Amino acid sequence: MYRSHVLVCGGTGCTSSGSAKIIETLQAEIDKNGLHDEVQVVKTGCFGLCALGPIMIVYPEGSFYSMVKEEDIPEIVSEHLLKGRIVSRLLYQETVTDDGIKALNDTSFYKKQLRIALRNCGVINPENIDEYIGTDGYAALGKVLTEMTPEQVIQEILDSGLRGRGGGGFPTGMKWKLARNIVPDADQKYVCCNADEGDPGAFMDRSVLEGDPHVVLEAMAIAGYAIGANQGYIYVRAEYPIAIQRLEIAINQAREYGLLGKNIFNSGFDFDIDLRLGAGAFVCGEETALMTSIEGNRGEPRPRPPFPAEKGLYGKPTILNNVETYANIPRIILNGAKWFSEMGTEKSKGTKVFALGGKINNTGLVEVPMGTTLREVVEEIGGGIPNGKKFKAAQTGGPSGGCIPAEHFDVPIDYDNLIAIGSMMGSGGLIVMDEDNCMVDIAKFFLEFTVDESCGKCTPCRVGTKRLYEMLDKITKGQGTLEDIDKMEELCYYIKANSLCGLGQTAPNPVLSTLKFFRDEYIAHVVDKKCPAGVCKDLLQFTIEKDKCIGCGMCAKQCPANAITRTDYIAPGKKLAAFEIDPAKCVKCGACIEKCKPGAIYKK
Amino acid sequence: MKSLDELKAIRDRMKGQVDIREEGSDATRVVVGMATCGIAAGARPVLTAFSNAVQERDLQNVAVVQTGCIGLCMYEPIVEVYKADGEKTTYVKVKPEMVEEIIDQHIIKGNVVTKYTIETAKLG
Repeated sequence: MYRSHVLVCGGTGCTSSGSAKIIETLQAEIDKNGLHDEVQVVKTGCFGLCALGPIMIVYPEGSFYSMVKEEDIPEIVSEHLLKGRIVSRLLYQETVTDDGIKALNDTSFYKKQLRIALRNCGVINPENIDEYIGTDGYAALGKVLTEMTPEQVIQEILDSGLRGRGGGGFPTGMKWKLARNIVPDADQKYVCCNADEGDPGAFMDRSVLEGDPHVVLEAMAIAGYAIGANQGYIYVRAEYPIAIQRLEIAINQAREYGLLGKNIFNSGFDFDIDLRLGAGAFVCGEETALMTSIEGNRGEPRPRPPFPAEKGLYGKPTILNNVETYANIPRIILNGAKWFSEMGTEKSKGTKVFALGGKINNTGLVEVPMGTTLREVVEEIGGGIPNGKKFKAAQTGGPSGGCIPAEHFDVPIDYDNLIAIGSMMGSGGLIVMDEDNCMVDIAKFFLEFTVDESCGKCTPCRVGTKRLYEMLDKITKGQGTLEDIDKMEELCYYIKANSLCGLGQTAPNPVLSTLKFFRDEYIAHVVDKKCPAGVCKDLLQFTIEKDKCIGCGMCAKQCPANAITRTDYIAPGKKLAAFEIDPAKCVKCGACIEKCKPGAIYKK
Repeated sequence: MKSLDELKAIRDRMKGQVDIREEGSDATRVVVGMATCGIAAGARPVLTAFSNAVQERDLQNVAVVQTGCIGLCMYEPIVEVYKADGEKTTYVKVKPEMVEEIIDQHIIKGNVVTKYTIETAKLG
């Protein structure tokens, strides 16, 4: 038995900051000190604080080491693991107080969080089924197969109030009920998992798959029992290699244990799961397109109805739930619907995972009860905005969502409130923007994405998004007119009303919500030909304030376009003649600003 | 695996091991001095014995942790037991074979094993 466990994050974030090498060195150091029988190294899923990776946590003390470097490992092993002296210098500084070390759960990043979907991420080794079982894993499957009827399972999920975490927020229990009953004599049904996480800035599904793959397998088997299906498919994008690898390991382990396969727990219930890899098309996150893609065809949506619950994969009744939705299921079964429905708001129960990104200190993954305000998420958990800048807006729901401006900072986040203020929950990407972000440019960024990702099947989306993008482009170049803004708005509503699937129906949202809350910025671009945030290059002018210039020439050296030359003017108190920028030659790259010591160069 | 009992057997075996990764401030803490003096006097087998015994008995809310030099090197290996109410007991010159008794008598039943404490050692 091990007296100490060292957990090192093996999620994608920490892996890219070098955690694999850390684990290797750590194991070598532990062996060298003869501690291999006493200290266990565990590679886990994501802890959530991706900004501070690679992350390492040592139990039983619960010491949280952040931004661990390879050269720190020998010290951590010889001091902490051998002699029990915590190396406070290398700890996450928020956990260090005057009178010792405070628990990780008391730091502002974790204090307001409530981890249900992420409860095993960063706690267990995702490649070891025994550790999952050790945290009550597969107990929920055992319970439904031996104690509950399929109808009772569906009722439990209905009572819990769980809604789909992939974006739309459709009640999960309702979906299951429809799939169970709508075609009474179906010979075959399917359970699918949507792991085609495509919103820019969202990575919670990946983290669940990487950190706790068995929870998804268990939940899918429960769903299969509830609706009467014996085959499941996980549609996961090929860009998630770590998630795929861990899913494969998990499926094999579950089969070996008889937790997938024939006659599970001697109940007569068969269920198996296969993976289907997606090539990374955004539209394949839409349910009908996803199923078409699983069937081996080009991923294009089709009109609904019929809904998948009636005619889904291979024309059979099918349910499709998102990864995070599934991650809640086993806990609901074990703790009861009442436990779950006590969390959250009236119509949105439980918790939601958000991927924090953009202009925020604690980039990473957080899980909070529904109804937490944006202010709490950004300022308290997220640690605020770097460099003392001012919060301008948060973007939720990716390319289908909208911006939430500062005036709605205190709105409790749930499905209905977000829709009421013109955004949507989406999968939970939350991109924070400060005063340096141009909202027209943001809208243009998301439209560029949807133009690329539109599958082309229907005209409103294929042509409409392209035209919308062109108008935005015109505005950022200072060539837009006020009529363009009105035309754009009209086109937005047209695309929303006439597109075939969710991609087109929501694609104009970033434009509509920025127009709603930041119309003055659009006006500034069109009428004054200025970009207030200083982002749109065509509307910027770089100038050197001659009286501040010390004539060092660093700017001229940096300029790739030879646009900066020396003048005859020597400013009072300066020794050398000042420089000036030729606007005709300037390419507005900003290289000169970075190098200017006295800060004499401005962009306006 | 064909029965819930088999699942439960794995869970019980793993639970004690995974539980070590939970943080609880209401825990009883067994602190073993593991500085050079402690290690030289044989603190490591003592630490391992405590850790194993706690996990084998599946004791909830007991954390076995290390610390540095307590300052009484002549009495090493030293083990301090902090109960949840803050009461501290210091055991000195602890040997692995004393661990069972300290766990059973003190940590489980709440009776300090006075014959191993520092007060007794000083008198003797």
